[in-house]
Amino acid sequence: MRMRKVSRLLVAVLAVTGVAACGSAGGGDDAADLGGQKLEVAGYWSGEEQKAFEEVLAQFEDETGASVNYTSAGDDLPTVLQTRIDGSTPPNVALLPQPGLVQQFARAGALQPLPEATRNTVEQDYPELWRELGTVDGEMYGVYFKAANKSTFWYNTGLFDEAGVSPPSTGEELAGVMKTLADNGIAPLSVGGADGWVLTDWFENIYLQTAGPEMYDKLSRHEIPWTHPSVREALEKMRELLAKDRLAGGTGGTLQTDFPTSVNNVFGDDPSAAMVYEGDFVGGVITSSTASVLGEDAQLFPFPVLEGGQRSAVVGGDAAVAFTGDAATKELMQFLASPRAAEIWAERGGFLSPNEQVNLESYPDELSRSIAQQLREAGGNVRFDMSDLVPTSFGATVGAGMWQDLQDFLGSGDVRKATADLETHAAEAFEK
Amino acid sequence: MASKDVGSVEVLELGGTARKRRRRSGIQGSGGRRAALFLWPCAILLVLYIVYPIAFSLGRSLFDASGEEFLGLGNYIEAFSDERTLVAFRNNLVWLLVAPTLVTALGLLFAVLTERVSWATAFRFVLFMPMAISLFASGVIFRLVYDEDPDLGVANAAVVTAHDMFASSAEFPGAEPRDEAGMAATGDGGYRSAELVRPGEVVAIPMVGLRDSEMPEHAQQATILEPTVGELRGYLWRDVGSSGQDGAVGASEAGLPGVTVHAVRDGQVVASTTTADDGTFVFPGLADGGYTIRLPAENFAEPFRGLTWLGPGLVTPVIISAWIWIMTGFAMTFIAAGLSAIPREALEAARVDGATEGQVFRRVTVPLLSPVLLVVFVTLAINVLKVFELVYVVAPGSSQAEANVLALQMWQVSFGAGGDQGMGSALVVILLLLVVPAMLFNIRRFRKARSG
Repeated sequence: MRMRKVSRLLVAVLAVTGVAACGSAGGGDDAADLGGQKLEVAGYWSGEEQKAFEEVLAQFEDETGASVNYTSAGDDLPTVLQTRIDGSTPPNVALLPQPGLVQQFARAGALQPLPEATRNTVEQDYPELWRELGTVDGEMYGVYFKAANKSTFWYNTGLFDEAGVSPPSTGEELAGVMKTLADNGIAPLSVGGADGWVLTDWFENIYLQTAGPEMYDKLSRHEIPWTHPSVREALEKMRELLAKDRLAGGTGGTLQTDFPTSVNNVFGDDPSAAMVYEGDFVGGVITSSTASVLGEDAQLFPFPVLEGGQRSAVVGGDAAVAFTGDAATKELMQFLASPRAAEIWAERGGFLSPNEQVNLESYPDELSRSIAQQLREAGGNVRFDMSDLVPTSFGATVGAGMWQDLQDFLGSGDVRKATADLETHAAEAFEK
Repeated sequence: MASKDVGSVEVLELGGTARKRRRRSGIQGSGGRRAALFLWPCAILLVLYIVYPIAFSLGRSLFDASGEEFLGLGNYIEAFSDERTLVAFRNNLVWLLVAPTLVTALGLLFAVLTERVSWATAFRFVLFMPMAISLFASGVIFRLVYDEDPDLGVANAAVVTAHDMFASSAEFPGAEPRDEAGMAATGDGGYRSAELVRPGEVVAIPMVGLRDSEMPEHAQQATILEPTVGELRGYLWRDVGSSGQDGAVGASEAGLPGVTVHAVRDGQVVASTTTADDGTFVFPGLADGGYTIRLPAENFAEPFRGLTWLGPGLVTPVIISAWIWIMTGFAMTFIAAGLSAIPREALEAARVDGATEGQVFRRVTVPLLSPVLLVVFVTLAINVLKVFELVYVVAPGSSQAEANVLALQMWQVSFGAGGDQGMGSALVVILLLLVVPAMLFNIRRFRKARSG
């Protein structure tokens, strides 16, 4: 309560002096008393994530007196939301994991545009990428509450010490580290190739670096074909990095390894590889399924800068959107856009906020701070996961589209065939 | 006569009752109205849950993904030109040809064999148990059974154990000479010196790709040999960047003991030796001239890690084997029921006439059982056409396209990928059309059995 009074005072002072840029301290200070109001929030988070998010909502309840109920719809979120929209009983707020869903619901007229105050907060505190992702046809609908950094290499510190190598920062250094590891009889990489999305994330990171953000955007929208030389170049780079003798189990074994196993191969009791690349959520898998300790046995470094590339990052994220236009909902959206909401979850760990006003000190350890730091350093070279931007049938289907084509590519190493297949399947998917 | 026996199976009784009722209603007019009164709840349920969904799917299959644009037979044409769907068709065909036949045969075998043992019930109970597990759970079990890693997958553990009993594994799997060491690959996994060497010279071969913990315990610090007149000498050591300079023997770098080394002249192995504990080897008393030093492949062969059961090549047979494991109990139970209904006199008569057990089985038991076998076979065939969970669970993502079947493809098209329920409905209708002949066949058999 005292904190609120202080920030209210601050706003008053700033308003008097005419300073408008107060993104961090702003927020729900004009918080009306919402006692007795009931709100419902739907999302796909469950388990630990649900607990953390409920703690965030509890803060909002304390501040406003409203009661907020969170329901987890799991992976069926889009179906559940669509059904409830059809039945005219949507939840007040939902958290959508894909930009495509924000578009879909906004164009169907189901979403409320952000209130002006929230829009101002977002415009001040969020990098351009996140603002654009939340905007459909010129109107801003979504606040990206949670982000995922999908450009992190995790390594086993014991094996790095055994081979006497240190984390690389460039592609050349990465190649050197991989060679030294292999010379020492340690497989450099474990890749969960049985899960197609792991390979698409690899490709996206390489492509974003070698072709640059503009080309990345064009490819995401299928404005350039997949047979474009830039795609060929990225695939050749990928083939080089994921060479047979650099992978635990070779290419055949890689295609049989699912993502959790690949993490286990690096951080389990009897590690068979030294590094695994994926998103920041690898940390969660390490904690839950191995005895390795984050920050001690497990460390990370950002995706190395490849030759001719720039420091960049591939991200994912969850957008909060409002389905109703009442005051309580507006207040909640404003709250979710504020850094103090994000800091509650950040302190619990396993969280990354796209909001640049969030204090880096609020992340609980060095590791999560460095993940957040990397995201900010990548600046304008941050792009959303391409497979979430293209139609699902192309970007996220087992045994089809990007997933299957990149798996085939890993097996065969045939760049020409891969680009041709990708183009065929992209064309089919975008046509629909 | 045989068919009358089959009539005693409970399932068939139901079909017969319905038939009887209908016949009666045809004869008595007022009774027909009363029958209709009793039938209407059933009829409504039938229309609501069977006829309406089928009709709706039929209609839906003629529209595109959004359900707004009429495509006519477009979805069907696309289904028969789509590569993934064609693979699914092919796999369904493989399933249909292999699985029901094998299960019926195994079921028959077990039914006949278990009839002869005193613990028949216990045996049958055990064989029937897989049926009590959901297909999904069985799928998870078999996913583990066929895991690539021999430490996890029991199939590969067995294969590897069997293999290692006959072939010993190499001492230094995966080791190779450093690129700059002047050694060339022989192409079969071994290495040879790129240039000729002569007696009186020393060959230094730095080796990489070995982990410290994998080195044999008796390996000792590597020794650098001095040239000696008349002897071709050399040494192999584990050369790692972290301890000393690349390509030079460092302070804590051990020699590779027990490596077979050949001295080759004009393509003939003229001398062979193995390295000592400090990694040195010596060929004394070689005639003067140029030799090639060869490290044969057997030193470095990667250990056998079993088969990639769930790779694109084997995945369908593997999933079929899981299905056989599950369904054999089902077939056995039905066949055993049919078996118990066979008149003993027929078997006794054959035995009295001097028929061997094999002849009794082939000439009497199987023909008498054939109606049951047929029913079991057709039921299994229907079951096979709609197989879904097993494929979904057992096949890893990278080989799911290869293992695809129609039901899975239908689910993916409708709900997995972008939600094209028009196309999904078309696939469902195709699946229905494939199942219908088998169903009609079964129904006709029931009727014939009743009237027969």
